[in-house]
This record gives sequence, structure tokens and C-alpha cells, in this order.
Amino acid sequence: MFKYFEPNRIFSITSKAPKYVLFLFVIVFSIGLTESLILSPEDYKQSHSVRIMYVHVPAAWISLGIFSVITFLSIIGYIFKIRNFFLISKSLAPSGLVFNIIALVTGSIWGKPTWGTWWAWDARITSMLILVLFYIMYLIAWRIYENDTKVFKITSIITILGIVNVPIIKYSVDWWNTLHQPASINILSKSSIHVSMLYPLLIMTAAFALFSLLIFLMKYNTELIKIKNKGLDRL
Amino acid sequence: MYGRKVKFRFLFVLLILLTLFLSVFLILKSLEENVVYFQSPSEIKILSEIENKKIRVGGMVKINSIAMQAKEVKFIITDFKNEINVIYSGVVPNLFTEGKGVVAEGYLKDKNFFLATKILAKHDENYMPPEVKAALKEE
Repeated sequence: MFKYFEPNRIFSITSKAPKYVLFLFVIVFSIGLTESLILSPEDYKQSHSVRIMYVHVPAAWISLGIFSVITFLSIIGYIFKIRNFFLISKSLAPSGLVFNIIALVTGSIWGKPTWGTWWAWDARITSMLILVLFYIMYLIAWRIYENDTKVFKITSIITILGIVNVPIIKYSVDWWNTLHQPASINILSKSSIHVSMLYPLLIMTAAFALFSLLIFLMKYNTELIKIKNKGLDRL
Repeated sequence: MYGRKVKFRFLFVLLILLTLFLSVFLILKSLEENVVYFQSPSEIKILSEIENKKIRVGGMVKINSIAMQAKEVKFIITDFKNEINVIYSGVVPNLFTEGKGVVAEGYLKDKNFFLATKILAKHDENYMPPEVKAALKEE
């Protein structure tokens, strides 16, 4: 049923989408930046260095989110043999990697003035580093294997191995003593972050999500063009 | 509805995930001691022997315990059950204050006395503007 669908029809939508997404991204990102850098208050304890949070936290969320989506798509794609899902995963991965690296680098920059160290081998930070390695492995696998069925299987295995790490990242701060502070935002209970700081954080998250979508669309279009050039009319 | 192969692939992925999660969980459970970044003063208290090995102790800086001297800083780390005295010479991070989290890296002299070579401030998950903090204090 969903095994075959025409790349031409998908392409007619995805080739037009980037300019609208870019437009939306520029708007949301400018609002997010003004909110987080100028309008939002300084923290009672960390003063202005708290502003790193508005880049650090959304970047970490997006990288975790993208990895989860990639895994989900790869597993479903593997079980039901849906080629398209693998191409979507492949196109999503680069922005996930970039945001993962951004989260680590900004975390390091934030750690120096607040904790007093650039790097600590605590559970949260180490597990985030492992996620970067999984992203790199995933992307390298796509470069190494030419054969489609082979590359689909190998990338699926990498995501399945990597997904085990995701709950560890999430709960590392609750399970063990870590230098990293526990989560401030809880869906079920009251967040320990003030509303005036929560809104810029959410706007920045939306901006980063739009950016990932933009990069995804560009990558995905490239994949579709490749398929077209090969002369295949179906995915 | 779906073919046999689809069902088998589904079962296959499910089993892989289950096995992986379980084994990683067990590995981490048994490595707990090494995964924790620091130990609390209560955990130091129940140590059977004191090794001359670099460890980290973490907790709250006890209120009114910081004594800044010319060459060194003395303070007490507490987890509200047990305490440990810390001596450190060097620069402390900006967020190092009384009543806030701290992680000290160094050597244990005895169960009540810790010689720190590095001090890290641990901050909590609360973020708020200064006015709100002031208002909270008044309440």
C-alpha cells in the first residue's frame, strides 16, 4: 500500500516548501533572539550567563528528538520495507548532529563560568557525547555502503543501538549524582523555570525545529533528485 | 493482514530492543559506583577504608561555614545528614556560595576532613529573575 509513491508528486510539494519554511524561520528566530538576548530577565544567580540556556537547551532537545524520530522511522521502515522512511531519516540526521554538537559546545562555554570547568565526565555530558558518536556512525554508514538493502539494515541497527542511550541521557540527572542540574521543565509537575524565561526558551526551540525542517527539506529534495536522475519513477 | 515476514521482523526488532535495554540497564546498575560523578558526605561516612585516591564529594555548602583566609578557603559540605570539612586553596567559581551546591575534587584525609584540589559549583534547576527571588524571600 504505502510501498510505492511517486517522487514527482512529493517533489512538487517539498521543492516549494523551503522558501516558506525559511521565511517562517527568520521571523521566529528573530523574535526568539530578541526575547532571549534582550527582553528576558537575567537570572538571580547566574545573571547574564543564563542566556546560553536559550541555545543550549533547545539544541539538546532537537538533537534528542531527531534521533528518536530517525529510530522510529528506521524501525517502521525496516519492518514494513518502506524505502521512503530511510531517505527521510537520512535527510534528518545532519541537522541532528549539528544541534548535538552545538549543545555540547554551548554546554562547555556555559560550564566554565558557572561550574568552573569546561568539561566533566558526568553521566549527562558523557551520554550526550555518545549520542554524537552514534550520529557520526549513522552518517558514515550512509557514505560507506552503496547497496540499498545493506545500508538500510546497517543504519537501522545503528539507530536501534543508539536509542538505548536516549532514555539514559534523559534520566541520567535523576538516576545518578551528576554535576549537571536536573531538568527544569516537567510536563507533569510545575516547572522550576520562571515564565519570563520559559517563553523565550520555547520560541527558540520552535526556531531550531524550523531550521531542522529547512535543512531536512533541502537534503530530502537532493535525495529525490538523485532518484529522478537514476530514471526511477517510483520510490 | 500483514505477511508472516512482517510479523517476524516486528518480533525481531522488539526482541533486540528488549535485550539491549535490559543488558544496558544491568550493566549500568552494576557500574553505579563509577557512573556517579560525586559521593555525598553520608556515603563517605560509611566507607570501610580511606584510600589515597582522588575522589569527589558533593553536597550543599553549609550556611555560615565559609571561612576565607589569606591562602585557603575552609567550608563544610553537608547533605543535611552528615557533614565534611573541606580545605581548598585556589580560585573558587563564581557560583560558589553558602547554601548552594558544590562538588569538591581531592583527597580524603579522614572521614571528616577533605583536602580539595578543585572546586566546582553545582547549580540547581531553578531559574528566575532577581525580583522574583526577592519576592519569594519576603514571603
